[in-house]
Amino acid sequence: MTIGVASVAVSQPSRLWLAFSRNPLFWLGALLLAIIIVVAVFAPLIAPHDPLEQNIVARLEPPSAEFLFGTDNYGRDVLSRLIYGARVSLMVGFVAILIAMTIGCTIGIVAGYVGGALDQLVMGGLDVLLSFPALLLGLMIAAMLGASLQNLIIAIAITEIAPFARVARAPTIALKQQDFVIAGRALGFGPVRIMGVHILPNLISDVVVMSSLWMASAIRTEASLSFIGLGVPPPTPTWGSMIREGFDNILDAWWLAVFPSLAILVTVLALNLLGDALRDAIDPKLRGE
Amino acid sequence: MTSFPRPALDLRNLRTEFRIGDHWYPAVRNVSVSLMPNETLAVVGESGSGKSVTALSILRLLPHAGARIQGGEVLFEGQDLVTLSERDMSTIRGNSIAMIFQEPMTSLNPTMTVGDQIAEAILIHRGGSRMEAKAEALRLLAEVKIPSAKSRLDEYPHQFSGGMRQRVMIAMALACHPRVLLADEPTTALDVTIQAQVLTQLEELKQAYGMSMLFITHNLGVVAQIADRVAVMYAGEIVELATVDALFAKPMHPYTAALLRAMPRADRANESLEPIPGSVPGLSAVPTGCAYAPRCPFKDRSCTELHPELVSSGDPGHLVRCPVRPVGGVH
Repeated sequence: MTIGVASVAVSQPSRLWLAFSRNPLFWLGALLLAIIIVVAVFAPLIAPHDPLEQNIVARLEPPSAEFLFGTDNYGRDVLSRLIYGARVSLMVGFVAILIAMTIGCTIGIVAGYVGGALDQLVMGGLDVLLSFPALLLGLMIAAMLGASLQNLIIAIAITEIAPFARVARAPTIALKQQDFVIAGRALGFGPVRIMGVHILPNLISDVVVMSSLWMASAIRTEASLSFIGLGVPPPTPTWGSMIREGFDNILDAWWLAVFPSLAILVTVLALNLLGDALRDAIDPKLRGE
Repeated sequence: MTSFPRPALDLRNLRTEFRIGDHWYPAVRNVSVSLMPNETLAVVGESGSGKSVTALSILRLLPHAGARIQGGEVLFEGQDLVTLSERDMSTIRGNSIAMIFQEPMTSLNPTMTVGDQIAEAILIHRGGSRMEAKAEALRLLAEVKIPSAKSRLDEYPHQFSGGMRQRVMIAMALACHPRVLLADEPTTALDVTIQAQVLTQLEELKQAYGMSMLFITHNLGVVAQIADRVAVMYAGEIVELATVDALFAKPMHPYTAALLRAMPRADRANESLEPIPGSVPGLSAVPTGCAYAPRCPFKDRSCTELHPELVSSGDPGHLVRCPVRPVGGVH
């Protein structure tokens, strides 16, 4: 009997790891993201200047040896502000996605598992949410709540709930008809235990993979809302508000808008590369086996 | 009937219906059968005859949308399971009545270790600490003869073969010492040698735990090996109910006789196997008279008009739903 056991003993996680570690784009995305995270975490050590320190004498200086990415309207170092801005972007992206994932997954799993009228009602409500462009929805919520870091996170989290709920619901409907779920019910497990212990762990990998793609969109939304002025209030540096401020002087001082834009581009690119590689790895149709 | 002990599980006129479009069609039609203490009752029939639906109805595991128990009683220890609240029902499931399923490859949660899955059932119904539950899980794994059970306790289902997974399923089902075990084709997906091992083991465990067993199968060879009594189901109803010896020696219903002729037998090597022409009628197309009449070589005019009742064949304890052929058996 041990022969039969050995032949099927191929551990799934290692096969998954193998699939996406072979993908060079995964490594590029991981490397870029790692750099951004290190920069954000060690911002006080890396930043050459105080991001809030104004220097009227050196305002709108072009990139130079002292100010690598130039200075802004108040003479603040653009590079230092970019480095500190990474903290806000990553924090907003991460926390908002964590909230959206928790709420969205709960909604999706319950709707999918209970089914029937509740499912129709919830999914109808989410369709309404989805029918708004994320930016417009975020704008409405942020405008209602007022501009602050906390409200920005709440606004972005709400815009991302619906896609998470959808991604969690579909596998739930498939999983609830699986034999092990019926077997669990036959052993007397209640619905909460079935959903939390038997369904959630079986779909969490799909959700986590998708979350890296949506984190990119959350960071974009954050930048957009900050650009409009509904983000974190000044003087806290964020990439979106830096573009906004740089926009006023775009003809004289191109570096003000270009460098934060590049920062957003690189971060979103890194997350998308990572997300795509992960998605390809878990999707056997794209894995080419 | 008063001389019989009280049945472990008593189905009375159980009727389960499925919805197709706007109509409800019965998949189990007024099934009445008793499962005696320590008895193994086999339920046989072709695919679609309502065997599994009967078992799922007992534990009320059918999907809420599209299925309903329309009537009848399922009596267990003086309670009617059909009318029990969902909360009370979940203390019965796995605790007093357990079920094992056909497909061992998909009946275990792929994200949990085997030990945790067995311990989970114990913790829910028996309480106690995690350590105790794990220790009990280990004992159960050893009891169902998983080799080197201690090291396999922390392995995942994909590291087990089909036969081993079915043993794990059995261990989970036995974890709370149920009074009744519903076995829904537990050996169908296994190869023949493993099938024999699992059957022997189920029989031993049934004795050791003092359980009654409702054993669903379409394999008459398995029936001969394990069952005390047999209920033959066709199109959602019991067409013949007899002890295993009586059924094999003297089948009364033409359908039972046809099933036996379609089965390879070591003692009748020279006879050729006869397939049964036609197929089980769909849920929405059950004939008004005898459901088996369209496929029956013995049918007469009354068969297509009158729906026959399940009545005594003359031999004690041998019931048959066929007025045409009950005398002397069908051979």
